[in-house]
Amino acid sequence: MDMKRDYYEDVRLFGSKVVLFWFLVLIAFLGFFPFLFRNYYVYLANYMAINVLVAIGLNLLVGYTGQISLGHAGFFAIGAYGTITLMTSAHLPFLVALVLAAIGAALLGFLLGLPALRLEGPYLSIATLGFGLTITQVIGRIGFFGGRQGLHAPELTIFSWHLDSDRDFYYLLITITVILTLVARNLVKTKVGRAFIAIRDADIAAETLGVNIMLYKTLAFAVSAFYTGLAGGLYAFVLRFIEPQIFSLLMSIIFLAMVVVGGLGSLFGSIAGACLLSWLDLELRNILSIPYLGGWLEALSKSYFSITGVSNIQLIIYGSIMVSIMLFEPLGIYGIWIRTKLYWKTWPF
Amino acid sequence: MQTLVSGIAVGSSYALMGLAMVIIYKTSEVINFAQGEMALLSVFLTYMVLEYYHFPFYVAFPSALAFALLLGFFLEFAVLRRAKEPNVLGMIIITIGLEMILMGFVSWKFGAEPKTMRFPLSPYDSLSLGEIFVSSLEALTFVVALTLMAVLFLFLRYSKLGIAMKATQQNKMAARLMGIRTNRILMITWGISSLVGCTAGLLIAPTIMQPYMMWDPMLKGFAAAVLGGMTSLPGSVFGAYIIGVVENLFGGYVSIEFKSAVAFFIIVLVLCIKPSGLFARHYVKKV
Repeated sequence: MDMKRDYYEDVRLFGSKVVLFWFLVLIAFLGFFPFLFRNYYVYLANYMAINVLVAIGLNLLVGYTGQISLGHAGFFAIGAYGTITLMTSAHLPFLVALVLAAIGAALLGFLLGLPALRLEGPYLSIATLGFGLTITQVIGRIGFFGGRQGLHAPELTIFSWHLDSDRDFYYLLITITVILTLVARNLVKTKVGRAFIAIRDADIAAETLGVNIMLYKTLAFAVSAFYTGLAGGLYAFVLRFIEPQIFSLLMSIIFLAMVVVGGLGSLFGSIAGACLLSWLDLELRNILSIPYLGGWLEALSKSYFSITGVSNIQLIIYGSIMVSIMLFEPLGIYGIWIRTKLYWKTWPF
Repeated sequence: MQTLVSGIAVGSSYALMGLAMVIIYKTSEVINFAQGEMALLSVFLTYMVLEYYHFPFYVAFPSALAFALLLGFFLEFAVLRRAKEPNVLGMIIITIGLEMILMGFVSWKFGAEPKTMRFPLSPYDSLSLGEIFVSSLEALTFVVALTLMAVLFLFLRYSKLGIAMKATQQNKMAARLMGIRTNRILMITWGISSLVGCTAGLLIAPTIMQPYMMWDPMLKGFAAAVLGGMTSLPGSVFGAYIIGVVENLFGGYVSIEFKSAVAFFIIVLVLCIKPSGLFARHYVKKV
């Protein structure tokens, strides 16, 4: 490892020229992606990009600031419903509605952050969990938000650009995701991010050193909610139809699983975890059509289990991944990456 | 008055789940999100034993309880003990993962359609106390919850094992030096907690029986435990009754639609005022 000699080397957005080079390669790849792959993969990429946004937002809260949240589906729902209703009722253009809805989510995040100042451990998890459940319940019962029937997303037009296919939407989504990822990286590399980490590691010590805990804890909740709300607004247009049942406790749990599987306190980890779990999610939805494994599982289900419940294998796989990551590699995919890198750096020793 | 009584009846099943969570939290500071699904597995196996193999109740129920005990032992021994860096978040993730595995397994095996569980008491015949009606199952749940609370309370306070559990919670290292096998204590804790959870599951099963049946009692039980302070057994039972009663009163007089949301709203309010719940002494961190 090369030594850092001054402050500006530490806060630089890209650690070295090599990192910058690979980043540019990635951007180029993402730009040409829709031309290289089938439509299904473009849809998958959209789904991944949204989950990446949520995972980054949640990681800022859970991984960097050390505050657990089991209610992020609530912010996600606010983003989705807020964007659609602002567009249909107030006739705002898409981008304005999206940002306004995300700001709304951020305000609620700030409000949730206020009781969180005094809570920790089980108390915080039940408070956030209750928040998520309440939001879903309330939205599901209000007729203005479509009630149980849900809402359809309106046509999507930005200035004169009419986005009607997954491919068009992909470019919008990827642009937003890349920009927000860079913003998050910038955030954790500078003063705010260091304050978050200080609060996570030792909050009392941080306070004695002059970190304003009240400001930064609520800020962490607000920023995290902003990312999640924005992702929710975009998600509404990937699905094109939203109903309250989607935003369940299970969704919050899967968001948390993405962060944990990827690695707490690492943006790269969040991206990897979100991509892995979204890919698994879409692949496992029709588990019986997976080559080789599918037929075997079908036979197994017919003779020992029930064929109607076969989709629940997804839950088993998710659960096993979560448990084994925590047992064997608490830093998640990021931890595996670090170990591989170190191994090859010092190879053959 | 009738709503008050049915609130207490609902509260009893929350109380049992709350007790189960408190026992584990008291000894090991782990929030066990898998509590409901551990009970779920035991209940569905009981169902299988009753329906497919036609065993009588007096065989099926004790064997269910024994299975629950072993399941608790096994999960602690095979999974929780192996955690590399135990911290609060990591433990929550592990138990959520276990919950998903058990849940997936049960719904894969039995499908999502509701079933009916045979039970010695029918949930539909009722006792009448003056003008108030209580179903006999609800009465049984109420009695079981209070008895278990009393038994556990006495057990933790006066038995040797209970004192060892308390010692383990307060200072693991010192307990070890005093000759307490802390790992074994934790295992026993999980077993007992799983047993209590299984009792709750068996009492809930006659009214509703499907793979999602334990979600609501588990979350409400957890909420009750938090309301009561997470470390106090009577606190969690009291919290459960508060939640049950408030929920039913709210459902009866204000709006039935927001019934289950109101419980969590109350919790957030209470936690804003008393951050460690109603019955626990406020925990002050030493620097």
